[in-house]
Amino acid sequence: MNVLLDNLSLYGDGLLGTIELTVFASLLALVLGFVMAAFRVAPVGSLRAVGTVWVTVLRNTPLTLLFFAVVLGLPRFGLVLPFKLFAILALGCYTSAFICEAVRSGINTVPVGQGEAARSLGMTFPQTLGDIVLPQAFRSVIPPIGSTLIALAKNSAIAGAFSVTELLGVYKPLNELGYSIIWTFVWIAVGYLIVTLSISAIFNLLEKHLGVAR
Amino acid sequence: MAGDALIEMRGVNKYYGKLHVLQDIDLTVGRGEVVVVIGPSGSGKSTLCRAINRLETIESGTIELDGSPLPEEGKALARLRAEVGMVFQSFNLFAHKTVLANIMLAPMKVRKKKKEEAAQRARELLDRVGLGSQADKYPAQLSGGQQQRVAIARALAMDPKALLFDEPTSALDPEMINEVLEVMRQLAREGMTMVVVTHEMGFARSAANRVVFMADGRIVEDRTPEDFFTAPRSERAKDFLSKILKH
Repeated sequence: MNVLLDNLSLYGDGLLGTIELTVFASLLALVLGFVMAAFRVAPVGSLRAVGTVWVTVLRNTPLTLLFFAVVLGLPRFGLVLPFKLFAILALGCYTSAFICEAVRSGINTVPVGQGEAARSLGMTFPQTLGDIVLPQAFRSVIPPIGSTLIALAKNSAIAGAFSVTELLGVYKPLNELGYSIIWTFVWIAVGYLIVTLSISAIFNLLEKHLGVAR
Repeated sequence: MAGDALIEMRGVNKYYGKLHVLQDIDLTVGRGEVVVVIGPSGSGKSTLCRAINRLETIESGTIELDGSPLPEEGKALARLRAEVGMVFQSFNLFAHKTVLANIMLAPMKVRKKKKEEAAQRARELLDRVGLGSQADKYPAQLSGGQQQRVAIARALAMDPKALLFDEPTSALDPEMINEVLEVMRQLAREGMTMVVVTHEMGFARSAANRVVFMADGRIVEDRTPEDFFTAPRSERAKDFLSKILKH
């Protein structure tokens, strides 16, 4: 217990860092994920190709490697950002590939006839997707997106290895101060649970609310 | 009629892999004409109907609507589709929207009509198909026959030049078929140009100007209903009619 009370601000900073990474990377991942899913079902071949390459590359690259690529690679092209921004970029892009596939599987649950009816009324592709298909796909993509964002929260620990303040990194200074390693990690785990269970709660709520609407 | 063609298909061919589903189709539909397409399953009649607003692409040939060829993709195609209504076998009402919202959506999104205007027109159309009291229900709360009548109202809300019906009564309980056919008969009387793929021979006899009989991807006969039903020329049509009329 002492380890937590003695180092409340250290734990607090770590938790805040993880929350910050999770929230911003999630927003980025959601936006990019929906855009890429739209690309992957677009009638334009080149957009479909962009979506496919995006998903294939990001989903199949180990996240640590992606972090190295962003942190070491982007500065070579003159793009120098704070490490935290690099971390959000890497996490967000990586996770967007999984969000994209969840959204696409949701789109596939909507009967083809819905899109055909919209098109036969003269609606364009963006209108068909935005007004007809995605609203109906939304309900079935909530659970997999929830899982993906929980994974993102835990993946944010990798940012600690790139000198971004986050929860897992808290163990290093505490270890040097001689605290029990077990209790150090127990409280870190509690911190992650706070974040992940909050995400679960938000998505359960969303599922219930959208379950009532048609 | 031929002088005022609204839909004109010339030398249309389509393949599904090796299957040649539309073979050298020539078909002209005049303004105000009701053409009923009949034929056995797999004869290509639904594909023909869907090709007219390019829900199915074709490999060769030309399709013209009101004198202009079908655009390939994009905004021009969307504009053209707005001029041709389509009614599907499975209704395809937007499941997440009320009956009224189903009808209002395209006039607002595509024609940029104001909400009040679209709502008023939608209510008029619902009254016309006898469903004025169902405006605020969701499609799943309606019977099949009611859903199909809403689908017809939705198509009419765009003030289309022509309506395509792809087996509009095939998914309905027998007792609901007539309420849909009655709406279609009324449209035919009012001079709407219609292409109707159906198995309802009674409708073909009573409402059609022409009957097109298809088999194996070809148009085998294209005649008045009277001629076709009393004296079919081809063996294929005789065989088909003997099977469906004798039971």
